[in-house]
Amino acid sequence: MSSTNPTPARPPAAATTAGAAPAVGVLPAVRPTEPAELPAVTDRTLDNGLRVLVVERSSVPLVEVRLRIPFAGLGADHHARAEVLAETLFTGSPRLDRVGLATEVQRLGGALSTGVDNDRLAVVGSAFAVNLEPLLEIMADVLLGATYPDDEVAGERERIVEDTAVARSQPTVIAREALLARLFGDHPYATGIADPDIVGAVQPGHVRALHAERVSPAGAILTLVGDITPERALAAVSAALGGWSGQAARPAPPLPPLGLGPIIIVDRPGAVQTNIRLGGAALARSAPGAPAQRLASTIFGGYFSSRLVDNIREDKGYTYSPRSSIDHYQVGSRFTVAADVATEVTGPALVEIRYELGRLAVLAPSQAELDAARQYAVGTLALGSATAAGLASTLSALAGAGLGVEYLRDHPRALAEVTVDDVQAAAAELLAPTGLVTVLVGDRAKILRAVGSLGPVAES
Amino acid sequence: MSSSREPGPAGSAAVGSALPASSYPIERTRLDNGLRVLLAPDRTAPVVAVSVHYDVGFRSEPEGRTGFAHLFEHLMFQGSANVGKAEHPKHVQAAGGIFNGSTHPDHTDYFELLPSGALELALFLEADRMRAPKITRQNLDNQIAVVQEEIRVNVLNRPYGGFPWIKLPPVAFDTFPNAHNGYGDFSELAAASLEDAEDFFDKYYAPGNAVLTVAGDIDPAETSAFIERYFGDIPARAVPPRAGFTEPVPTAERRATITDPLAPRAALAVGYRVPDPIADLHGFLAYYLLTEVLSDGDASRLERRLVQKDRSVLGISTYLGTFGNPFEQRDPLLLTLDARQSEDASADAVLAAVDEELSRLANDGLAAGELERVQARVGSALLREADDALGRAMAMAVHELHRGRPELVNELPAELSTVTEAAIAAAAGSLLTQGRSVLELHAGAAS
Repeated sequence: MSSTNPTPARPPAAATTAGAAPAVGVLPAVRPTEPAELPAVTDRTLDNGLRVLVVERSSVPLVEVRLRIPFAGLGADHHARAEVLAETLFTGSPRLDRVGLATEVQRLGGALSTGVDNDRLAVVGSAFAVNLEPLLEIMADVLLGATYPDDEVAGERERIVEDTAVARSQPTVIAREALLARLFGDHPYATGIADPDIVGAVQPGHVRALHAERVSPAGAILTLVGDITPERALAAVSAALGGWSGQAARPAPPLPPLGLGPIIIVDRPGAVQTNIRLGGAALARSAPGAPAQRLASTIFGGYFSSRLVDNIREDKGYTYSPRSSIDHYQVGSRFTVAADVATEVTGPALVEIRYELGRLAVLAPSQAELDAARQYAVGTLALGSATAAGLASTLSALAGAGLGVEYLRDHPRALAEVTVDDVQAAAAELLAPTGLVTVLVGDRAKILRAVGSLGPVAES
Repeated sequence: MSSSREPGPAGSAAVGSALPASSYPIERTRLDNGLRVLLAPDRTAPVVAVSVHYDVGFRSEPEGRTGFAHLFEHLMFQGSANVGKAEHPKHVQAAGGIFNGSTHPDHTDYFELLPSGALELALFLEADRMRAPKITRQNLDNQIAVVQEEIRVNVLNRPYGGFPWIKLPPVAFDTFPNAHNGYGDFSELAAASLEDAEDFFDKYYAPGNAVLTVAGDIDPAETSAFIERYFGDIPARAVPPRAGFTEPVPTAERRATITDPLAPRAALAVGYRVPDPIADLHGFLAYYLLTEVLSDGDASRLERRLVQKDRSVLGISTYLGTFGNPFEQRDPLLLTLDARQSEDASADAVLAAVDEELSRLANDGLAAGELERVQARVGSALLREADDALGRAMAMAVHELHRGRPELVNELPAELSTVTEAAIAAAAGSLLTQGRSVLELHAGAAS
């Protein structure tokens, strides 16, 4: 679909180039919006360690389900086995085979999907609210007794290997993997895609063993939002998952310090664009400086109204979707900048990106920029929890980070207190180009000269 | 002020029961200048969605100006009488909202989702650019460059770029409106002039050619007053007659091959013609459910056959319309099958398996319970979309634009309940008897 703004669903946040304030007088004023009442969350932990969060929300007769199970692990074997496990969790239970499971879920007006990353295994789904009980029973079927049939494991293993080949041909994926490797060194977070050679060697026994060890209620969080009462939901969860058992897992090891170094170019001969990526350290979401840090990123490149978009898209036309973000992982946080630019303007685009980073790192933004970014952050937090699906995802992510529903009330208050000087101080830490690493994916021969004049480039 | 809303009863999804449906109230009016207005109050959350749908898409752009409808969409963000260059997004975001615009075959939409206190601002911004966008040579040049980067990132610099939405239509269709590339040719984009923009705006962006939709936490009376204040005095202009894009359904297979230098694995797209979704909604819905029978989830026919059994494809999808929204397009449109092949699979083997599965459906019909579970799945997906004020607004708007029937957002589950097994079997059979259009993508970067 051809869109003006490349991130329609959840665009990053933003600010305006100094003083692009609304034309006062003509434009209607924005009235303060009364915040939604804080959702009433029923929060119980079962004897087996499973934490259950329930919100009754009757806007539509559906229920949203989010389960997150801590799944950090060390080494390429863990990563590969976790990928296969996620793809085969719903391919067999004591009661039903793969098609049987999918048929049952569909019959409930339901959908269930799984995903795994370096921190957690997630099961995400929904169904008609009247069908909460059978949906939980299907989940229990596989959580307590997934069988991982040999032929399903073999088939999915091969499919992951093939999918990896396709994924690795995408320049944005190549860029992401290169940046992760650069940011995380030998930490497990350094790879987003499991090594296909190791995936190819995963056996059903490995997956079953991993399930027995790690698919555990201890430390897991189940979030239910929808047209359900807390009493009914808790009774249904206890009935379906009360008998689930297992040990708690260890989180990922602490992050190593970020090592700086030369610009890395991943060569893609003939590429018509260069994928520019920069990355650096960031504060955790719960740190006292996090609100100011978030607004600094927003003003720099975190939304369409940011300086980065103004400069290299709206003024220079170098790129379609420049952006920055702060990614919070279970054991650390990172700042990243991304822009895909025409090959011939790689050098100029990098100059402008660094200029904008440096400008905010040493000069405070305008009050108007701060106010815009703040209002965007507050507003989009409210938009994100305006649907049952959005609220479920938000609460699940917050709980995974050790935060409660009161974050939806307290974070806007914390944002309200941030001053332009706070932003500048945060930006000095977050955005200073001297503290960032740079990875480029593009035609090395065509961009080396320009890039080399901006800093040392690693040998290929 | 209609603040209460009772979603339909949450009926069980058991066989034969009615599907749960929403019952959002909808007020439908028309201003004197012809602008159609839909108001859908719902006070579940303090947010409001505003959208404007113009009845022009890339099928209507002139020959020699491919990509112009989309380029023009970008220009609508570049300023208007009271809004400076690129300030529209800034006003929306500084009010805590999100925005976008997108260009489709038969319409172009602009939308915002905001905290409800920003409703008046959003209406002002949409009215200001409906009245008079301010387009300069400098902004035009800048957005041509931005659109070219958009095409590089989405088409030229990635494997499978534009496959199949850009590459399949020239195989399936003969006439320029249906066959051409909606993203546009670089040289034709570069040739775009200010006169082109003025002509396009005059012709297609008349208030009488648009639908304004407001959904969410609103007071309808106050909202109507805002709308009258900001949109009411936009002068009426002639509305262009709706162009017909009809082409005969091919009777013989069409086939083409492209080589994607960046693709590591082969891919295959097949286009089939389906009934006119406006003239024959009921017949069309059988094809909608057919796509779900074929490729929704692990229990679907083609997932089972191609992914799980033959292992000839890595992924398969079937969908209606260029971008997968069955209700936003007029005739002619395609049911598209998009398959990414495994390393050793041949296109002919995949096609033969697809034909076998279609024959099985056409001859043996559906399995017990298959229709009901697919209906349940679609019904719940529609409710989920409608829970989002923006999703609800966008769905109502295209139903209004194409059918004058925004209440379909509430009534589709009931319509889907009336589709029979026999109709779905017949739909499957019709795919076998027409001349399908096959596009093979060869892997230029196979390892």
